[in-house]
Amino acid sequence: MNDFGNIQDIIADMAGQLSEEIARTGKHQPVMVGIHTGGVWIAEHLHRLLAIDEPLGSLDISFYRDDFTRIGMNPVVRPSQLPCSIDDRHIILIDDVLHTGRTIRAALNELFDYGRPASIMLAALIERSGRELPIQANIVGRHIELSPGEHIKLSGPDPLRLEVKKTA
Amino acid sequence: MSRHNLQIDKNGRLRHFLSISGLNRQLMTEILDTAESFAGVTAQTVKKVPLLRGKTIVNLFFEASTRTRTTFELAAKRLSADVLNINITQSSTVKGETLLDTLRNLEAMHVDMFIVRHADSGAAHFIAANTAPHISVINAGDGSHSHPTQAMLDMYTIRRVKGPDFGALRVAIVGDILHSRVARSQIHALNILNTGEVRVVAPKTLLPAHAESLGAQVYNDLQAGIKDVDVIIMLRLQRERMQGAFLPSEHEYYELFGLTEEKLVHASPDVTVMHPGPINRGVEMDSDVADGPRSVILEQVTHGIAVRMAVMSMAMSRKEGPSG
Repeated sequence: MNDFGNIQDIIADMAGQLSEEIARTGKHQPVMVGIHTGGVWIAEHLHRLLAIDEPLGSLDISFYRDDFTRIGMNPVVRPSQLPCSIDDRHIILIDDVLHTGRTIRAALNELFDYGRPASIMLAALIERSGRELPIQANIVGRHIELSPGEHIKLSGPDPLRLEVKKTA
Repeated sequence: MSRHNLQIDKNGRLRHFLSISGLNRQLMTEILDTAESFAGVTAQTVKKVPLLRGKTIVNLFFEASTRTRTTFELAAKRLSADVLNINITQSSTVKGETLLDTLRNLEAMHVDMFIVRHADSGAAHFIAANTAPHISVINAGDGSHSHPTQAMLDMYTIRRVKGPDFGALRVAIVGDILHSRVARSQIHALNILNTGEVRVVAPKTLLPAHAESLGAQVYNDLQAGIKDVDVIIMLRLQRERMQGAFLPSEHEYYELFGLTEEKLVHASPDVTVMHPGPINRGVEMDSDVADGPRSVILEQVTHGIAVRMAVMSMAMSRKEGPSG
Protein backbone atom coordinates (compact mmCIF):
# COMPACT_ATOMS: atom_id res chain seq x y z
CA MET A 1 0.00 0.00 0.00
CA ASN A 2 2.67 2.44 0.99
CA ASP A 3 4.86 2.74 -2.08
CA PHE A 4 5.53 6.40 -1.36
CA GLY A 5 8.48 5.52 0.87
CA ASN A 6 8.80 7.00 4.31
CA ILE A 7 6.74 10.20 4.58
CA GLN A 8 9.25 11.71 6.98
CA ASP A 9 11.89 11.25 4.28
CA ILE A 10 9.70 13.08 1.77
CA ILE A 11 9.19 15.92 4.26
CA ALA A 12 12.93 16.11 4.93
CA ASP A 13 13.50 16.29 1.20
CA MET A 14 10.93 19.11 0.92
CA ALA A 15 12.66 20.99 3.74
CA GLY A 16 15.95 20.76 1.82
CA GLN A 17 14.32 22.05 -1.37
CA LEU A 18 12.59 24.84 0.56
CA SER A 19 15.73 26.11 2.24
CA GLU A 20 17.54 26.12 -1.13
CA GLU A 21 14.65 28.01 -2.67
CA ILE A 22 14.59 30.54 0.19
CA ALA A 23 18.35 31.09 -0.16
CA ARG A 24 18.16 31.31 -3.96
CA THR A 25 15.31 33.84 -4.02
CA GLY A 26 16.39 35.76 -0.93
CA LYS A 27 12.93 35.39 0.65
CA HIS A 28 14.18 35.31 4.20
CA GLN A 29 12.09 35.35 7.41
CA PRO A 30 9.13 33.69 5.73
CA VAL A 31 5.76 33.05 7.39
CA MET A 32 4.66 29.43 7.05
CA VAL A 33 0.95 28.67 6.75
CA GLY A 34 -0.58 25.17 6.60
CA ILE A 35 -3.96 24.44 5.04
CA HIS A 36 -6.32 22.43 7.27
CA THR A 37 -6.05 19.58 7.99
CA GLY A 38 -3.30 17.60 6.24
CA GLY A 39 -1.35 20.70 5.23
CA VAL A 40 -1.05 21.74 8.87
CA TRP A 41 0.38 18.31 9.80
CA ILE A 42 3.04 18.58 7.08
CA ALA A 43 3.70 22.24 7.94
CA GLU A 44 4.34 21.37 11.60
CA HIS A 45 7.28 19.19 10.53
CA LEU A 46 8.61 21.64 7.94
CA HIS A 47 8.30 24.55 10.36
CA ARG A 48 10.47 22.69 12.85
CA LEU A 49 12.99 21.44 10.29
CA LEU A 50 13.48 24.92 8.83
CA ALA A 51 13.55 26.56 12.29
CA ILE A 52 11.23 29.37 11.17
CA ASP A 53 10.99 32.24 13.68
CA GLU A 54 7.34 33.21 13.26
CA PRO A 55 4.86 30.72 14.77
CA LEU A 56 3.07 28.46 12.30
CA GLY A 57 -0.16 29.79 10.82
CA SER A 58 -3.16 27.73 9.77
CA LEU A 59 -5.86 28.33 7.21
CA ASP A 60 -9.32 26.74 7.02
CA ILE A 61 -10.58 27.54 3.56
CA SER A 62 -14.15 26.24 4.05
CA PHE A 63 -15.67 29.72 3.76
CA TYR A 64 -13.81 30.31 0.49
CA ARG A 65 -14.72 27.12 -1.33
CA ASP A 66 -16.46 27.43 -4.68
CA ASP A 67 -18.78 24.47 -4.07
CA PHE A 68 -20.45 25.75 -0.89
CA THR A 69 -23.98 25.85 -2.29
CA ARG A 70 -23.52 22.39 -3.78
CA ILE A 71 -22.05 20.43 -0.90
CA GLY A 72 -22.89 22.72 2.00
CA MET A 73 -21.07 23.66 5.07
CA ASN A 74 -18.31 21.68 6.67
CA PRO A 75 -19.62 21.31 10.21
CA VAL A 76 -16.20 21.57 11.81
CA VAL A 77 -14.60 24.73 10.55
CA ARG A 78 -11.60 25.73 12.61
CA PRO A 79 -10.93 29.45 12.68
CA SER A 80 -7.96 30.41 10.54
CA GLN A 81 -5.03 31.66 12.57
CA LEU A 82 -2.18 33.75 11.24
CA PRO A 83 0.62 34.49 13.71
CA CYS A 84 1.29 38.05 12.51
CA SER A 85 0.36 40.59 9.87
CA ILE A 86 1.14 39.13 6.47
CA ASP A 87 1.56 42.53 4.79
CA ASP A 88 4.85 42.57 2.85
CA ARG A 89 5.85 39.14 4.17
CA HIS A 90 6.98 36.11 2.21
CA ILE A 91 4.46 33.33 2.73
CA ILE A 92 5.12 29.61 2.37
CA LEU A 93 1.78 27.88 1.88
CA ILE A 94 1.72 24.15 2.66
CA ASP A 95 -0.85 21.58 1.49
CA ASP A 96 -0.86 17.81 1.58
CA VAL A 97 -2.21 17.00 -1.88
CA LEU A 98 -2.28 19.34 -4.88
CA HIS A 99 -5.03 18.02 -7.13
CA THR A 100 -7.56 20.29 -8.90
CA GLY A 101 -5.98 23.49 -7.60
CA ARG A 102 -9.29 24.74 -6.21
CA THR A 103 -8.18 24.51 -2.58
CA ILE A 104 -5.15 26.65 -3.37
CA ARG A 105 -7.32 29.16 -5.24
CA ALA A 106 -9.50 29.44 -2.13
CA ALA A 107 -6.44 29.70 0.15
CA LEU A 108 -4.95 32.51 -1.95
CA ASN A 109 -8.23 34.43 -1.80
CA GLU A 110 -8.41 33.99 1.95
CA LEU A 111 -4.79 35.08 2.47
CA PHE A 112 -5.45 38.29 0.56
CA ASP A 113 -8.34 39.07 2.89
CA TYR A 114 -5.75 39.21 5.69
CA GLY A 115 -3.34 41.53 3.88
CA ARG A 116 -0.98 41.94 0.94
CA PRO A 117 1.91 39.52 1.17
CA ALA A 118 5.21 40.24 -0.63
CA SER A 119 5.10 36.77 -2.18
CA ILE A 120 3.51 33.36 -1.79
CA MET A 121 5.29 30.08 -2.44
CA LEU A 122 3.45 26.76 -2.53
CA ALA A 123 4.80 23.47 -1.24
CA ALA A 124 2.80 20.24 -1.52
CA LEU A 125 3.62 16.80 -0.16
CA ILE A 126 1.98 15.13 -3.15
CA GLU A 127 1.39 16.61 -6.57
CA ARG A 128 -1.08 14.51 -8.51
CA SER A 129 -2.59 14.77 -11.97
CA GLY A 130 -5.98 16.40 -12.48
CA ARG A 131 -5.40 20.14 -12.37
CA GLU A 132 -8.45 22.25 -13.23
CA LEU A 133 -6.83 25.64 -12.62
CA PRO A 134 -3.50 27.13 -13.69
CA ILE A 135 -1.85 26.57 -10.31
CA GLN A 136 1.55 24.92 -9.76
CA ALA A 137 3.60 24.18 -6.67
CA ASN A 138 7.10 25.58 -6.19
CA ILE A 139 8.13 22.63 -4.07
CA VAL A 140 6.81 19.09 -4.49
CA GLY A 141 7.47 16.08 -2.28
CA ARG A 142 6.34 13.38 -4.72
CA HIS A 143 4.60 13.52 -8.06
CA ILE A 144 2.10 10.76 -8.88
CA GLU A 145 -0.22 10.01 -11.78
CA LEU A 146 -3.73 8.98 -10.75
CA SER A 147 -6.81 8.36 -12.83
CA PRO A 148 -9.84 10.63 -12.22
CA GLY A 149 -11.57 7.93 -10.14
CA GLU A 150 -8.63 7.57 -7.77
CA HIS A 151 -8.07 9.60 -4.62
CA ILE A 152 -5.04 9.95 -2.44
CA LYS A 153 -5.62 10.79 1.20
CA LEU A 154 -3.28 11.67 4.01
CA SER A 155 -4.19 10.46 7.49
CA GLY A 156 -2.45 11.51 10.67
CA PRO A 157 -1.04 13.34 12.46
CA ASP A 158 0.75 10.44 14.09
CA PRO A 159 1.66 8.40 12.14
CA LEU A 160 1.31 10.17 8.81
CA ARG A 161 0.00 7.73 6.21
CA LEU A 162 -0.87 8.04 2.54
CA GLU A 163 -3.52 5.89 0.99
CA VAL A 164 -4.88 5.62 -2.56
CA LYS A 165 -8.56 4.82 -2.87
CA LYS A 166 -10.82 4.25 -5.83
CA THR A 167 -14.25 5.84 -5.78
CA ALA A 168 -17.06 4.16 -7.66
CA MET B 1 -46.13 20.24 15.32
CA SER B 2 -45.61 20.57 11.60
CA ARG B 3 -45.09 24.27 12.26
CA HIS B 4 -41.77 23.52 13.91
CA ASN B 5 -40.67 20.84 11.46
CA LEU B 6 -40.87 23.38 8.70
CA GLN B 7 -37.40 24.59 9.61
CA ILE B 8 -35.62 21.23 9.24
CA ASP B 9 -35.23 19.47 5.89
CA LYS B 10 -35.50 15.70 5.39
CA ASN B 11 -31.77 15.30 6.00
CA GLY B 12 -32.08 16.99 9.40
CA ARG B 13 -30.42 20.18 8.16
CA LEU B 14 -31.52 23.73 8.80
CA ARG B 15 -33.79 25.04 6.05
CA HIS B 16 -35.42 27.96 7.82
CA PHE B 17 -34.69 29.26 11.31
CA LEU B 18 -38.04 29.96 12.95
CA SER B 19 -37.96 28.90 16.57
CA ILE B 20 -35.79 27.16 19.13
CA SER B 21 -38.38 24.51 19.90
CA GLY B 22 -38.01 21.72 17.39
CA LEU B 23 -34.22 22.00 17.35
CA ASN B 24 -32.17 19.27 18.93
CA ARG B 25 -29.01 19.60 20.95
CA GLN B 26 -26.80 18.44 18.08
CA LEU B 27 -28.09 21.06 15.67
CA MET B 28 -27.85 23.79 18.30
CA THR B 29 -24.28 22.80 19.03
CA GLU B 30 -23.52 22.85 15.31
CA ILE B 31 -24.87 26.41 15.08
CA LEU B 32 -22.72 27.46 18.06
CA ASP B 33 -19.62 25.77 16.58
CA THR B 34 -20.18 27.38 13.20
CA ALA B 35 -20.59 30.77 14.87
CA GLU B 36 -17.31 30.18 16.66
CA SER B 37 -15.52 29.82 13.35
CA PHE B 38 -17.13 32.96 11.96
CA ALA B 39 -15.90 34.95 14.96
CA GLY B 40 -12.45 34.85 13.36
CA VAL B 41 -13.62 36.78 10.31
CA THR B 42 -13.41 40.05 12.24
CA ALA B 43 -9.64 39.44 12.61
CA GLN B 44 -9.22 39.74 8.86
CA THR B 45 -8.27 43.01 7.19
CA VAL B 46 -11.15 42.36 4.82
CA LYS B 47 -13.94 41.46 7.27
CA LYS B 48 -15.79 39.33 4.78
CA VAL B 49 -15.98 35.79 3.50
CA PRO B 50 -17.41 35.01 0.06
CA LEU B 51 -19.87 32.30 1.19
CA LEU B 52 -23.10 34.02 0.14
CA ARG B 53 -21.71 36.03 -2.75
CA GLY B 54 -24.43 36.64 -5.32
CA LYS B 55 -27.26 35.92 -2.87
CA THR B 56 -29.85 38.55 -2.04
CA ILE B 57 -31.13 38.78 1.50
CA VAL B 58 -34.17 40.85 2.41
CA ASN B 59 -34.59 42.32 5.87
CA LEU B 60 -38.36 42.35 6.05
CA PHE B 61 -39.15 44.34 9.15
CA PHE B 62 -42.78 44.94 10.04
CA GLU B 63 -41.72 46.19 13.47
CA ALA B 64 -39.04 48.73 14.36
CA SER B 65 -35.68 47.44 15.49
CA THR B 66 -32.25 48.97 15.13
CA ARG B 67 -29.90 46.52 16.78
CA THR B 68 -31.37 43.33 15.37
CA ARG B 69 -31.71 44.70 11.86
CA THR B 70 -28.22 46.18 11.93
CA THR B 71 -26.57 42.97 13.13
CA PHE B 72 -28.49 40.91 10.55
CA GLU B 73 -27.44 43.37 7.87
CA LEU B 74 -23.82 43.26 8.98
CA ALA B 75 -23.88 39.46 9.20
CA ALA B 76 -25.24 39.25 5.65
CA LYS B 77 -22.63 41.69 4.39
CA ARG B 78 -19.80 39.80 6.08
CA LEU B 79 -21.01 36.77 4.14
CA SER B 80 -20.82 38.89 0.96
CA ALA B 81 -24.58 38.79 0.33
CA ASP B 82 -26.49 41.76 -1.05
CA VAL B 83 -28.95 43.17 1.47
CA LEU B 84 -32.25 44.90 0.95
CA ASN B 85 -33.89 46.61 3.94
CA ILE B 86 -37.64 46.87 3.78
CA ASN B 87 -39.50 48.43 6.68
CA ILE B 88 -43.21 47.89 6.53
CA THR B 89 -45.00 49.66 9.31
CA GLN B 90 -48.47 48.29 9.25
CA SER B 91 -51.33 47.09 11.39
CA SER B 92 -50.93 44.30 13.88
CA THR B 93 -52.55 41.46 11.99
CA VAL B 94 -51.05 39.35 9.27
CA LYS B 95 -53.11 40.59 6.37
CA GLY B 96 -53.40 37.34 4.45
CA GLU B 97 -53.41 38.43 0.89
CA THR B 98 -51.61 41.71 1.30
CA LEU B 99 -48.65 40.03 2.90
CA LEU B 100 -48.67 37.28 0.29
CA ASP B 101 -48.70 39.89 -2.46
CA THR B 102 -45.66 41.52 -0.88
CA LEU B 103 -43.93 38.14 -0.83
CA ARG B 104 -44.79 37.37 -4.44
CA ASN B 105 -43.36 40.71 -5.51
CA LEU B 106 -40.12 40.16 -3.65
CA GLU B 107 -39.87 36.62 -4.99
CA ALA B 108 -40.22 38.05 -8.49
CA MET B 109 -37.05 40.04 -7.75
CA HIS B 110 -35.19 36.73 -7.28
CA VAL B 111 -34.30 37.10 -3.64
CA ASP B 112 -32.90 34.16 -1.65
CA MET B 113 -33.72 34.82 1.98
CA PHE B 114 -36.16 36.73 4.16
CA ILE B 115 -35.24 37.95 7.62
CA VAL B 116 -38.61 38.60 9.21
CA ARG B 117 -39.53 40.69 12.22
CA HIS B 118 -43.21 41.07 12.95
CA ALA B 119 -45.38 42.10 15.88
CA ASP B 120 -47.60 39.02 15.44
CA SER B 121 -46.71 35.58 16.73
CA GLY B 122 -46.36 33.08 13.92
CA ALA B 123 -45.62 35.60 11.16
CA ALA B 124 -42.27 34.04 10.21
CA HIS B 125 -43.85 30.57 10.12
CA PHE B 126 -46.60 31.90 7.90
CA ILE B 127 -44.10 33.40 5.48
CA ALA B 128 -41.95 30.26 5.48
CA ALA B 129 -45.00 28.14 4.74
CA ASN B 130 -46.07 30.34 1.86
CA THR B 131 -42.89 31.40 0.17
CA ALA B 132 -41.15 29.89 -2.86
CA PRO B 133 -39.25 26.65 -2.13
CA HIS B 134 -35.78 28.05 -2.73
CA ILE B 135 -36.19 30.85 -0.21
CA SER B 136 -35.08 30.52 3.42
CA VAL B 137 -36.78 32.43 6.21
CA ILE B 138 -35.11 33.54 9.42
CA ASN B 139 -37.26 34.69 12.32
CA ALA B 140 -35.92 37.93 13.75
CA GLY B 141 -38.67 38.13 16.38
CA ASP B 142 -42.40 37.44 16.09
CA GLY B 143 -44.81 38.95 18.61
CA SER B 144 -44.36 37.41 22.02
CA HIS B 145 -43.65 34.00 20.48
CA SER B 146 -39.97 33.68 19.75
CA HIS B 147 -36.69 35.38 18.92
CA PRO B 148 -34.45 32.42 18.18
CA THR B 149 -31.28 34.18 17.00
CA GLN B 150 -31.26 36.25 20.20
CA ALA B 151 -31.51 33.06 22.25
CA MET B 152 -28.72 31.46 20.22
CA LEU B 153 -26.40 34.43 20.71
CA ASP B 154 -27.16 34.29 24.44
CA MET B 155 -26.26 30.57 24.51
CA TYR B 156 -23.12 31.37 22.53
CA THR B 157 -22.20 34.10 25.05
CA ILE B 158 -22.82 31.79 28.02
CA ARG B 159 -20.73 29.03 26.41
CA ARG B 160 -17.88 31.46 25.74
CA VAL B 161 -17.86 32.79 29.30
CA LYS B 162 -18.74 29.67 31.28
CA GLY B 163 -17.59 26.83 29.07
CA PRO B 164 -19.57 24.11 27.29
CA ASP B 165 -21.00 22.33 30.35
CA PHE B 166 -24.46 23.84 30.71
CA GLY B 167 -25.33 21.09 33.19
CA ALA B 168 -23.20 22.81 35.81
CA LEU B 169 -24.99 26.15 35.48
CA ARG B 170 -27.83 27.92 37.26
CA VAL B 171 -29.37 30.57 35.03
CA ALA B 172 -31.98 33.14 36.10
CA ILE B 173 -34.05 35.13 33.62
CA VAL B 174 -35.36 38.26 35.31
CA GLY B 175 -38.05 40.70 34.29
CA ASP B 176 -40.94 40.90 31.89
CA ILE B 177 -41.39 37.21 31.10
CA LEU B 178 -45.01 37.75 30.03
CA HIS B 179 -44.27 39.88 26.96
CA SER B 180 -40.86 38.48 26.18
CA ARG B 181 -40.29 36.33 23.12
CA VAL B 182 -36.62 36.37 24.11
CA ALA B 183 -37.40 34.66 27.42
CA ARG B 184 -39.43 31.91 25.75
CA SER B 185 -36.65 31.16 23.28
CA GLN B 186 -34.02 31.30 26.01
CA ILE B 187 -35.86 28.85 28.24
CA HIS B 188 -36.24 26.40 25.34
CA ALA B 189 -32.59 26.75 24.39
CA LEU B 190 -31.32 26.37 27.96
CA ASN B 191 -33.42 23.24 28.44
CA ILE B 192 -32.32 21.67 25.15
CA LEU B 193 -28.71 22.24 26.24
CA ASN B 194 -29.52 20.50 29.57
CA THR B 195 -28.85 23.50 31.77
CA GLY B 196 -28.59 22.52 35.43
CA GLU B 197 -31.27 24.92 36.63
CA VAL B 198 -33.38 27.48 34.78
CA ARG B 199 -35.27 30.09 36.77
CA VAL B 200 -37.62 32.89 35.86
CA VAL B 201 -37.88 35.81 38.26
CA ALA B 202 -40.70 38.34 37.88
CA PRO B 203 -43.65 39.97 39.62
CA LYS B 204 -46.79 37.89 39.22
CA THR B 205 -48.27 40.45 36.83
CA LEU B 206 -45.38 39.96 34.38
CA LEU B 207 -45.56 36.17 34.36
CA PRO B 208 -47.81 34.20 32.03
CA ALA B 209 -50.47 31.98 33.57
CA HIS B 210 -48.99 28.55 34.32
CA ALA B 211 -45.47 29.97 34.17
CA GLU B 212 -44.13 26.68 35.55
CA SER B 213 -45.06 24.98 32.29
CA LEU B 214 -42.43 27.07 30.50
CA GLY B 215 -39.79 24.71 31.82
CA ALA B 216 -38.34 26.91 34.53
CA GLN B 217 -38.63 27.38 38.26
CA VAL B 218 -40.66 30.44 39.14
CA TYR B 219 -39.60 33.08 41.66
CA ASN B 220 -41.42 36.27 42.59
CA ASP B 221 -38.58 37.61 44.68
CA LEU B 222 -35.33 38.82 43.16
CA GLN B 223 -33.01 37.95 46.05
CA ALA B 224 -34.25 34.37 46.27
CA GLY B 225 -34.37 34.08 42.49
CA ILE B 226 -30.76 35.02 41.89
CA LYS B 227 -29.34 33.23 44.91
CA ASP B 228 -26.18 31.33 43.83
CA VAL B 229 -26.91 31.67 40.11
CA ASP B 230 -24.04 31.71 37.59
CA VAL B 231 -25.81 33.72 34.91
CA ILE B 232 -28.46 36.45 35.19
CA ILE B 233 -30.28 37.43 32.03
CA MET B 234 -32.16 40.68 32.52
CA LEU B 235 -35.07 41.46 30.22
CA ARG B 236 -36.22 44.82 29.00
CA LEU B 237 -39.53 46.16 30.32
CA GLN B 238 -41.54 46.20 27.13
CA ARG B 239 -43.57 49.30 27.70
CA GLU B 240 -44.75 49.30 24.09
CA ARG B 241 -46.44 45.93 24.61
CA MET B 242 -48.14 46.87 27.87
CA GLN B 243 -51.70 48.01 27.56
CA GLY B 244 -53.00 48.00 31.11
CA ALA B 245 -51.79 48.14 34.66
CA PHE B 246 -49.00 45.58 34.82
CA LEU B 247 -46.86 47.67 37.14
CA PRO B 248 -47.58 50.25 39.85
CA SER B 249 -44.58 52.31 38.67
CA GLU B 250 -41.17 51.92 37.13
CA HIS B 251 -39.67 53.24 40.32
CA GLU B 252 -41.28 50.51 42.37
CA TYR B 253 -40.23 47.93 39.81
CA TYR B 254 -36.63 49.10 40.12
CA GLU B 255 -36.82 48.89 43.91
CA LEU B 256 -38.01 45.29 43.78
CA PHE B 257 -36.59 43.84 40.55
CA GLY B 258 -33.93 46.26 39.36
CA LEU B 259 -30.45 44.74 39.48
CA THR B 260 -27.94 46.63 41.62
CA GLU B 261 -24.46 45.82 42.91
CA GLU B 262 -25.93 45.28 46.41
CA LYS B 263 -28.42 42.72 45.19
CA LEU B 264 -25.77 40.94 43.12
CA VAL B 265 -24.01 39.70 46.27
CA HIS B 266 -26.67 37.00 46.52
CA ALA B 267 -25.60 35.47 43.22
CA SER B 268 -22.52 33.34 42.63
CA PRO B 269 -19.31 35.41 43.07
CA ASP B 270 -18.40 35.02 39.40
CA VAL B 271 -21.91 35.68 38.11
CA THR B 272 -22.27 36.93 34.54
CA VAL B 273 -24.92 39.56 33.78
CA MET B 274 -26.60 39.70 30.39
CA HIS B 275 -29.26 41.84 28.72
CA PRO B 276 -30.58 41.63 25.16
CA GLY B 277 -30.79 45.41 24.93
CA PRO B 278 -31.81 48.11 24.69
CA ILE B 279 -31.38 48.71 28.43
CA ASN B 280 -33.67 50.95 30.40
CA ARG B 281 -31.02 52.20 32.80
CA GLY B 282 -32.38 52.68 36.30
CA VAL B 283 -35.39 50.49 35.51
CA GLU B 284 -34.11 46.95 34.90
CA MET B 285 -30.64 47.57 36.15
CA ASP B 286 -28.31 50.14 37.61
CA SER B 287 -25.64 51.63 35.35
CA ASP B 288 -22.96 50.31 37.72
CA VAL B 289 -24.09 46.79 36.87
CA ALA B 290 -24.64 47.39 33.16
CA ASP B 291 -21.17 48.89 32.73
CA GLY B 292 -19.49 46.78 35.41
CA PRO B 293 -17.03 43.90 35.16
CA ARG B 294 -19.72 41.19 35.30
CA SER B 295 -21.64 42.57 32.36
CA VAL B 296 -21.18 40.99 28.92
CA ILE B 297 -23.91 43.09 27.31
CA LEU B 298 -21.70 44.49 24.56
CA GLU B 299 -20.09 41.11 23.89
CA GLN B 300 -23.62 39.84 23.26
CA VAL B 301 -23.97 42.39 20.47
CA THR B 302 -20.67 41.31 18.89
CA HIS B 303 -21.58 37.63 19.20
CA GLY B 304 -24.93 38.33 17.55
CA ILE B 305 -23.17 38.93 14.25
CA ALA B 306 -21.26 35.61 14.27
CA VAL B 307 -24.36 33.67 15.35
CA ARG B 308 -26.48 35.26 12.60
CA MET B 309 -23.77 34.50 10.05
CA ALA B 310 -23.89 30.87 11.18
CA VAL B 311 -27.66 30.56 10.93
CA MET B 312 -27.84 32.31 7.56
CA SER B 313 -25.08 30.28 5.95
CA MET B 314 -26.40 26.99 7.33
CA ALA B 315 -29.90 27.69 6.04
CA MET B 316 -28.51 28.68 2.63
CA SER B 317 -26.30 25.64 2.17
CA ARG B 318 -27.37 22.34 0.60
CA LYS B 319 -29.97 23.89 -1.63
CA GLU B 320 -28.89 22.51 -4.96
CA GLY B 321 -28.43 18.84 -4.23
CA PRO B 322 -29.30 16.36 -1.52
CA SER B 323 -25.94 14.62 -1.30
CA GLY B 324 -22.87 15.69 0.66
